Amino acid sequence: MKSLGSIRRDFAPWNDPNAKPYIQFDKVTKKFGDFTAVNNLSLTIFEREFFALLGASGCGKSTLLRMLAGFEEPSAGRILLDGQDLRGIPPYKRPVNMMFQSYALFPHMTVEKNIAFGLKQEGMPGADIDKRVAEMLKLVKLEQFAKRKPHQLSGGQRQRVALARSVAKRPKVLLLDEPLGALDKKLREETQFELMDLQQELGLTFVVVTHDQEEAMTMADRIAIMDKGEVMQVATPAEIYEAPTSRFVAHFVGNVNMFEGKVAERTASATRITGATGAQIVVDNGSDAAAGSDIIFAIRPEKIKVSSKKPVDAVNALEGEVYDVAYLGDMTVYHIKLDDGQIVRASALNASRVTEDPLTWNDRAWVSFRPDAGVVLTR
Amino acid sequence: MTNIAAAAAPSTIATAATPLTRLAKGFVNRLVIIIPYLWLLFFFLVPFIIVFKISLSQTAIAMPPYTPVLDFSDGVSGFFAGFRDLNFDNYTWLTQDALYFNAYVTSLIIAGISTILTLIVGYPIAYGMARAPAAIRPTLLMLVILPFWTSFLIRVYAWIGILKPEGLLNQVLLATGLISQPLVILNTYTAIFIGIVYSYLPFMVLPLYSSLEKMDYSLVEAAQDLGCPQTSAFWKITFPLSLPGVVAGCLLVFIPAVGEFVIPDLLGGSQTLMIGKTLWNEFFSNRDWPVSSAVAVILLLVLTIPIMFFQQAQAKAQEQGK
Repeated sequence: MKSLGSIRRDFAPWNDPNAKPYIQFDKVTKKFGDFTAVNNLSLTIFEREFFALLGASGCGKSTLLRMLAGFEEPSAGRILLDGQDLRGIPPYKRPVNMMFQSYALFPHMTVEKNIAFGLKQEGMPGADIDKRVAEMLKLVKLEQFAKRKPHQLSGGQRQRVALARSVAKRPKVLLLDEPLGALDKKLREETQFELMDLQQELGLTFVVVTHDQEEAMTMADRIAIMDKGEVMQVATPAEIYEAPTSRFVAHFVGNVNMFEGKVAERTASATRITGATGAQIVVDNGSDAAAGSDIIFAIRPEKIKVSSKKPVDAVNALEGEVYDVAYLGDMTVYHIKLDDGQIVRASALNASRVTEDPLTWNDRAWVSFRPDAGVVLTR
Repeated sequence: MTNIAAAAAPSTIATAATPLTRLAKGFVNRLVIIIPYLWLLFFFLVPFIIVFKISLSQTAIAMPPYTPVLDFSDGVSGFFAGFRDLNFDNYTWLTQDALYFNAYVTSLIIAGISTILTLIVGYPIAYGMARAPAAIRPTLLMLVILPFWTSFLIRVYAWIGILKPEGLLNQVLLATGLISQPLVILNTYTAIFIGIVYSYLPFMVLPLYSSLEKMDYSLVEAAQDLGCPQTSAFWKITFPLSLPGVVAGCLLVFIPAVGEFVIPDLLGGSQTLMIGKTLWNEFFSNRDWPVSSAVAVILLLVLTIPIMFFQQAQAKAQEQGK
């Protein structure tokens, strides 16, 4: 079964037409003076979903999060949470909690007091607060640090206090603004999995803002790729990677080879493309680009096979010369300069320890790929 | 252990610095500390000792107007003989006349009230400045400092023109019909409060501003996010975090306000009783240098002892927090 679905196989409410959206951005626009941070954006997030907003800085993803938290009001449009319009509801009355990028831990309070802060505001009885705080400390494994102040903790510990504080109130939605941004790489990777476990355990809806595509790919059920205040694509990580719908998305996530060209011929099952420099490519993955239209063919490096001889049964095979080779251990990256001048990036997994007759600089080489290996982009 | 370290140290440093350059460097380092200490010694400790000595002397119709004058006119033995005439009579005198005690208490109360008023007026100003767009903050800061460019005396004099019965304030209030009789403000305690609040406002605003400005605003947002309305977030987060600024500002206003002379003299009229004025009267009207010196020494003690306790408590709190 060919699938580009969710990693959680049984969780895909976005494919269910009857599923009730939990968070809804309805034609939301946010302007700061002349600057449009979010432009007529519509987006739907489902209950218990781990949703990532991914984009470069200044793309409007943080503004979107802040509007959900209530720190900014949309200039136009509506935001609905569980069917309720959030307009005019101040941050302290919204059933959402946010984990701040700077963690925003209260420096004059102990870890314990920080976590208890929201619960006290709620008017929870003291004994219940103590119980919940203990539970939260256990959850983030900081039991022995309860009496410390934030400045006595390491970055990773602070991050976990911030997390514990933001989930202590059991919010309907947890908003995370670059939650792992301040951690070093190794800790970040560990924490990614911890966050996923936590989300499963608590059964919360997570909306995370990040500029790190790996982070988004690892954690999220679905990712919204944002650019200039607009959503470019909302899809599962696999769909984003394997079936980007635009040049921007294809380029933004991972490495990609792009061939500019025209649709030369369309049959029921396949599309034949003539590249701008003459290459002939056949694609059979259901593109609906009309014959004669200008398109871009995008293909990921690992979908391209490099060989020294012309592959016998390959539908798509282009000849060139090895321009660059980079051995990375787990894989080798080739840059092949095709005879029409275009440079193609191909990566090969080093599945065996030794290779007979490895390709090297200036060798003649063929790149080949299956007709369903790439996508046709019309924009 | 120490031997090894001592033996190893020179060999590692030898290439970087000869003992001579190290000595020179040590001297320079020490000089940096010595200069402020010398400054304090010459301009604080020595004058204090002189004042203290005068406070132990007796008044005399002479030049200088006290005795004994410790000098070497009668040789070294004469110098030491002078010590026998020093006593604490002036301090006893201070306890016998209720005037001094009342003046101290009134000064502390007036300074205390003025400090609280200055805090109430200064906090919103500092808060507004700290939350203003970063681009206009330097301008606002400039505006706070601007009054310092005019003489303090002239600025206090100007308040006489504003506060007197036929002054600007009363004219405006009468013209707008808010009052039918001119308000009597000048030569009352109210005028002193106005004068102190006005004069010392920058000393309150600046430390408050600096502690509010460096506060991360996302803390307030976090408090709101956790269910805290804005006013409550101010008292739970912003205010506690600005406390160092509050304390610094209050000390900077309170301490000089206790000994303030110009403002009560110009705005408070003749019947206001403040220690600064009492001191001035003793010194210039009565020409009683020893008593006025005793008044000054007691004032210094009244102010320094609480500050010392406060600093000790603060250091302790800081240690516990760390």
